[in-house]
Amino acid sequence: MRYHTPTSFADAAAIAAGTTGTLRFLAGGTDVLVQMRAGMVQPDDLIDLKHIPGVDKIERTAEGGWRIGVAVPGIVLGGHAELVRDWPGVVEGMNLVGSTQVQGRATLAGNLCNGSPAADSVPGMVAAGAVATVTGPNGTREIPVENIPAGPGKTNLAKGEVISAITLPPRGKNGGDAYLRFIPRTEMDIAVVGCAVNLRLDGDKVVEARVALGAVAPTVLLSEACAKAIIGTTLDDAALAALAKAAEGEAKPISDKRGTKEFRIDVAGVLARRAAKIAYDRAKGTSK
Amino acid sequence: MSKIHVTTTVNGDPVEFLADPRETLLDALRNHLDLTGTKEGCGTGDCGACSVTVDGTLVCSCLMLAAEANGKRVETIEGMAKEELHPLQRKFIEHAALQCGFCTPGILVAAKALLERNPDPTDTEVRYWLAGNLCRCTGYDKIIRAVQDAAAEMRQEHRGAA
Repeated sequence: MRYHTPTSFADAAAIAAGTTGTLRFLAGGTDVLVQMRAGMVQPDDLIDLKHIPGVDKIERTAEGGWRIGVAVPGIVLGGHAELVRDWPGVVEGMNLVGSTQVQGRATLAGNLCNGSPAADSVPGMVAAGAVATVTGPNGTREIPVENIPAGPGKTNLAKGEVISAITLPPRGKNGGDAYLRFIPRTEMDIAVVGCAVNLRLDGDKVVEARVALGAVAPTVLLSEACAKAIIGTTLDDAALAALAKAAEGEAKPISDKRGTKEFRIDVAGVLARRAAKIAYDRAKGTSK
Repeated sequence: MSKIHVTTTVNGDPVEFLADPRETLLDALRNHLDLTGTKEGCGTGDCGACSVTVDGTLVCSCLMLAAEANGKRVETIEGMAKEELHPLQRKFIEHAALQCGFCTPGILVAAKALLERNPDPTDTEVRYWLAGNLCRCTGYDKIIRAVQDAAAEMRQEHRGAA
């Protein structure tokens, strides 16, 4: 295995484009090292991205959003008060990934590129409208986060392409987001179902909404039907019932050891209602 | 296969060694530096027996390549006791918060990292912080009590010093 430490994303992309064997990028390593040890993946080339300047930074964009480096671990996101104030749902999703030790290393970009439909940080990013900056041999392009995963363990990135940053849009006024997942214990488990809601209010009325569901399809889903169910409402009981029904309708899960198809569909509705209420309260400023 | 020259600081001492590119920090600590206090339980980041801090951040040394430690500051269980045992170590003995002891180094390193961030945690905070440290003998109650007792003593000492 060749271990590379490029100092720019252009160099990382050039190395990646020139490889012929198995390639992995290394950010936090909490998935890649497990796969290597299990023998699932034996990289011929491993490209460590942590020597590239800026990958450990969280910076305000000119528009007022946040640009998050690909090596920023969960514990740093959780400790960034301004980011947490703007996007609590995104951060709480990431902070549910693994243990304290894993939080010391695991990253948003890694969680996204691992391609798990149950990735806890991804619904929050999708609901927020996060954008991945992707650097490849032919330059840089911006891709909405929901278009990165292609299915379990697979992404839509082309050969030689690597995520070089994750950008969250400006929070703006009267907005709130939240992420909830169901697991049969309190910690250290993989989501049976996850749901993130991001919305904006005008007075008491929801005027914008994005709802993302995790672990109920081969990729995290951005659900327009769920958003439609609450836009224009005050999130009253009728709207919450419509949201739950929409989430149940969108969920296309499998049955596996974590839960049956029927159970997951039911939980998708429950979590959508609860996450929407939290996001609404946060938008109102009546809860954190 | 070419080896990678790694220069790092372990428990304050500068060290260097040649690592295989695939070698984990855990294996380097145990096999090159003879620091066998850091244990391998699962090797996949689930059990926390291999906990160390790198530049002050708690991590699983099995989930990090030795090559990634180049230029970093690594702290292991061997660096915990100074002239005498650390209060956490003493309280683990007093409360019998261990049986086989295999998970203990990782739990001590993790608990120390917690108390440096939060000197007065609730039981719930201790339990969540240590959720990635598995003990299969003792059960966790005595571990939590030992951590809380050590935290109380350390707060007392801190007040005494101030």
